[in-house]
Amino acid sequence: MNVAVAKTGNGRAVSDLFASAEGRLPGSPSGIAVRREAFETYERLGLPHRRIEEWKYTDLRALVGEVLPLAAAPDAAALKRAAEAVKAHAIAGARKLVLVDGVFAADLSDVKALAAEAGFRTLRETLEKDAGLLKTAATDAVIALNAAMATDGVVLDIADGAQLSAPIQIIHIATVASASAFTRSQVAIGKGARATIIESFVAAGAKAYQVNDAVLLSVGDNSDVAHIRLMDDAPDALNVTSHFVTIGANVKFNFFNMTTGAAVSRLQGFITLAGEGSELSANGVNLLQNTEHGDTTLVVDHAVPNCVSREVFRAVIDDRAHSVFQGRIIVRPDAQKTDGKMMIRALLLSDEAEADNKPELEIFADDVSCGHGATAGALDDSLLFYLKARGLPEKQAQALLIQAFVGEAIEQIADDDLREHVIGIAERWLERRQ
Amino acid sequence: MPLLEVKDLKVRVEEREILHGLTLTVNEGEIHAIMGPNGSGKSTLSHVIAGKPGYEVTDGQILFKGEDLLAMAPNERAAKGVFLAFQYPVEIPGVATMNFLRTALNAQRKARGESEYSTPDFLKKVREVSKSLNIPQDMLKRGVNVGFSGGEKKRNEVLQMALFEPSLCILDEMDSGLDIDALRIAADGVNALHSPKRAMVVITHYQRLLNYIVPDIVHVMSKGRVVKSGGKELALELEASGYAQFEDAA
Repeated sequence: MNVAVAKTGNGRAVSDLFASAEGRLPGSPSGIAVRREAFETYERLGLPHRRIEEWKYTDLRALVGEVLPLAAAPDAAALKRAAEAVKAHAIAGARKLVLVDGVFAADLSDVKALAAEAGFRTLRETLEKDAGLLKTAATDAVIALNAAMATDGVVLDIADGAQLSAPIQIIHIATVASASAFTRSQVAIGKGARATIIESFVAAGAKAYQVNDAVLLSVGDNSDVAHIRLMDDAPDALNVTSHFVTIGANVKFNFFNMTTGAAVSRLQGFITLAGEGSELSANGVNLLQNTEHGDTTLVVDHAVPNCVSREVFRAVIDDRAHSVFQGRIIVRPDAQKTDGKMMIRALLLSDEAEADNKPELEIFADDVSCGHGATAGALDDSLLFYLKARGLPEKQAQALLIQAFVGEAIEQIADDDLREHVIGIAERWLERRQ
Repeated sequence: MPLLEVKDLKVRVEEREILHGLTLTVNEGEIHAIMGPNGSGKSTLSHVIAGKPGYEVTDGQILFKGEDLLAMAPNERAAKGVFLAFQYPVEIPGVATMNFLRTALNAQRKARGESEYSTPDFLKKVREVSKSLNIPQDMLKRGVNVGFSGGEKKRNEVLQMALFEPSLCILDEMDSGLDIDALRIAADGVNALHSPKRAMVVITHYQRLLNYIVPDIVHVMSKGRVVKSGGKELALELEASGYAQFEDAA
């Protein structure tokens, strides 16, 4: 009975939210119907909790409790604050697409420069004609909630053979405290293309906000794609992001996620290798302190034969923070000659730090090479003493060893400039510790 | 004032006393050899001087240039001029040797209130020092000691000694794990660094190393104490007659 009461409580909060937000949600009449259905799914499920296997370590009911009301569309003052944040977080040379409080900000974006190389529309524009983008097969409450509430996003169309001359950086900026932003984006990359997509999540003065993002990414045959996500939301924010990635044949796909912010975060990625001969490199680093909770959940589905997947994850956990990594490799019955490896390591910097590493293999084919490993431990005292005996103060010695530890994941980023950028983020995090 | 004064030092490791009142005085520019059988406390002494955790000093004191060394953190001791060449230098994967050397050197200089080296100045200095010690540049491009042979690890210790310019070098069992050629190369490096201002304390089990590094004073340790001190001829005497006579004396 308690469960039912809790569900009703959560459901009602969203019902009010949905009713009050409905007028602001873009979409044709059919879109509204899709949203209602998604919202009913959410209402039926309620916020995920620990008795749902996939969310066992990230009990949103306990950690978050309620979904905050939809953020108002940004006014001039909010856009001004956002412009400052764009300056601080833009990656040199990248073409920016900026979403402020869940609404696309054309004036802060490089739409014209981008137009020469890629098709671009906002989610809002797309939904006026077709509600298809809201349809994601979802038994997951946060994904259903995203479909119900998404206010905007970017829809990118990268044509066959396109060789993008610069990375595309999607920057999510929060300027409003105690409110939610729901965004949903689609990136469709054609055959034989080359592209780098970066996503950044940052705050412009906002506190205690909630972000729920979804990305639908498809990669055509023979393409070479890098996808980098840098989540540095405010220390008291919530970020839940869902990725749906479908990879064609003979593709090189290089994914990297960095978590350095948010009180509670979860990145859940569902990556399907749908064409033969592709190589997936999916890596990440969680840098957590205070009472932060950072969850990376990745499902890699080998649906066809002859693909390679490599996953390297590192978590550095200080104070009373909690890192979760769940990695599942599925090898379908037809997916012979699959080569899948996953290595997860957690570094605990305090006695109260916590790591839950859960690697899983589900193998239905008989001629495959798959493996995983998971470790958790503290810094090596003998290495620390060596560095201190050479003159490094304790914190600096720790910083050097932590950099080396996360370096094993960061070095998987193929692009030199991006790798240096990510190393810089790790260095700044370490400086904050000193 | 002596460079290093160890006075009646008593040290415990987990309830067991290893050093039972050890006294040792080292002056500027001197080369001391500390010899003794396994378990006599030689390495414990070097670890306590460098500040390795896990040792409890229950009595006595260590003065370095007249200051209380035991009150300082290991990095402060390094900045003051204490250098321990490790018996088994650790491998640190992912930390580039050059980055490590620059970080360490600048940390020491910062602690002494000196200006930090810029990257070009540092590179110039490393090149000079490694050239004078015949250390190949490609060794510096790898992770700290990662994949190094025993000889390369010891040469990396000598390189650091040259770079950090300490006033007291403690060489802990430098000969362990080295063949005769590697030993000669490492010893040549140490000899090149000896100066009227820099003292060396060579800890060794065998007399062999002392063919290459000639000590001014030889101490024999047994059961946690210095039981005899003398000139370099004492080492030869030990080589001939062994440590047994001193175990009884202790």
